[in-house]
Amino acid sequence: MLGKRNGSETLLPENAWRLFHAFQGSTSVLKVHNEAIRSASTSARFPMNSSAVISAENLTKTYGDLVAVNAISFEVTAGESFGLLGPNGAGKSTTMKMIGGVTQRTSGRLSILGLDPESNGPEVRAHLGVVPQQDNLDEELKVRDNLLVYGRYFGLPMSYLRPKADELLAFAQLTDKATSRVDALSGGMKRRLTIARSLINEPRILLLDEPTTGLDPQARHTLWDRLFRLKEQGVTLILTTHYMDEAEQLCDRLIVVDKGRIMAEGTPASLIRQYSTREVLELRFGSERNSSIASHLEGIGERLEVLPDRVLVYSYDGEESLEQVSARGLRPLTSLVRRSTLEDVFLRLTGRSLVD
Amino acid sequence: MSAAAGARSVTDRVRERTFGPLYSRNSRAVVSRGLMAARSSTWLVLVSGFFEPVLYLISMGVGLGPIVGSVAGPGGQEISYAAYIAPALLAVSAMNGAIYDSTWNVFFKMNFAKLYQGMLYTSLGPLDVAMGEIFLALLRGLLYATGFTMVMAAMGLITTAWAVLIIPASVLIAFGFASFGMGITSFMKTFQQMDWINFFLLPMFLFSATFYPLSVYPQYIQWLVQVMPLWHGVELLRQISIGQFTPATAIHVAYYLVMIVVGIVLTTSRLRALFLK
Repeated sequence: MLGKRNGSETLLPENAWRLFHAFQGSTSVLKVHNEAIRSASTSARFPMNSSAVISAENLTKTYGDLVAVNAISFEVTAGESFGLLGPNGAGKSTTMKMIGGVTQRTSGRLSILGLDPESNGPEVRAHLGVVPQQDNLDEELKVRDNLLVYGRYFGLPMSYLRPKADELLAFAQLTDKATSRVDALSGGMKRRLTIARSLINEPRILLLDEPTTGLDPQARHTLWDRLFRLKEQGVTLILTTHYMDEAEQLCDRLIVVDKGRIMAEGTPASLIRQYSTREVLELRFGSERNSSIASHLEGIGERLEVLPDRVLVYSYDGEESLEQVSARGLRPLTSLVRRSTLEDVFLRLTGRSLVD
Repeated sequence: MSAAAGARSVTDRVRERTFGPLYSRNSRAVVSRGLMAARSSTWLVLVSGFFEPVLYLISMGVGLGPIVGSVAGPGGQEISYAAYIAPALLAVSAMNGAIYDSTWNVFFKMNFAKLYQGMLYTSLGPLDVAMGEIFLALLRGLLYATGFTMVMAAMGLITTAWAVLIIPASVLIAFGFASFGMGITSFMKTFQQMDWINFFLLPMFLFSATFYPLSVYPQYIQWLVQVMPLWHGVELLRQISIGQFTPATAIHVAYYLVMIVVGIVLTTSRLRALFLK
């Protein structure tokens, strides 16, 4: 069953797939995630794309009265880097756990490489690499032994694992820490070791749950660099994050989730194009005056967003908008023109910030 | 890093195995992990569990024994007090070894080290994990039993060739306690709850006909003791130690077989409920 899918993958050279994904990504914003429309055409298991490695349909998870994941549908194709962007509690981790088959869904369909992770857990996970939100490295083992033992869990022979562990230690820039204790590693090193560990079985799909949360900026950039290399090697990445810069850096395509629902889907660029303007003018008038002054800004830019600490003017030309503000005799304490980000998309879609 | 097109790689081959929903026939990976971790852990803990029954044997058997004199063994024949309590203490030793690994160690791995969570995100199933951990507990039980049997031999308490069977019988006892203990531990959430295990084990150790025959109790207490697992282990090993077998021997063995099966089913379903919810 897996062999077939393999075959179709190897027909096209790597670059052609990239182009295809890029194209697919830019058009996918047009896909309507309306359950009614979707359920009217659900007879086929892979309605959109037969090369989907992950296909979720009306995936739902409830804990008692709490609906953690609410009928979400999405597909991920081989080699794609797919993100779930949303605030804490949006249902991202729950979705990841359902993909890994370590959480049972309440309803809906889920297919990983054509298998149901619920009934074929060990087999599905044989194809996955998992980087959980919290490191769960084996503290009783040395750094290199962590990789070897984890590989044994997949049933891999030591003759394969020894050179592979060394290769992955080099990849994670931990070669000189091979015989260290795990608790002697820094947070960034532990994270890199967790990622190295997740690659021990050469997974087709890598699940990364908040991979850089809690890391300092330098450690994050090192990690992004490593993940980008994996992406270049054709590993399918599924990534949850509440950092918009991370999503922009790493994701070919993403879904914005909030309260268990998909709010939007597309490439980072297309989402920004669709839901925001090119530039944003950030004005600070002081916390008492921000909201009262907003009425004087009517008509400047496309749209205004009043936050407690600042006013955002969505505009195609930020500098020009700033001149208009000055022309009305308004004197902000600070002003800043920047490009729109996914943060703005999220704000537009939900009325709230991603990081609260 | 990803699977190369063309020739099947090692990683592809291991994916072509048959997997069950709960089992991937790879408990040995859990066992080898345990052995690797044991290398770095303190040997003192291991040794202390072994010495406890040895110290009891010396103090009770050698110290108290001459005052007690000889007592009636399983077949009614007179044996020394040390020979009477030694197999019972061996059963306790097997129990302790198994319980230590399957309760406190498992409790820690489950709640603090998040070890099983990591394992179950690989192609291991909950049954692999349960079997592997139980096997490790058995290994400790086997070590304790072998060591204790050697002490018995050195003290001249082994008089029959049948006594060789007390080692596999000890492993059977350890198996019962390990599989059941791990299942019970999966319900425990706090250290206070874990203390209840000791609260249960200590009286069982003292009152399971370990140091004196069951006949000293009134009938209803006898029944209570006979329901408890340790009594069956004590009686089984005591019978084997002097080569006296009765239909009750089969009952003792059957008790442990049932305990093993129930324990494994309980543990696997609990691991599934806890980590694959």
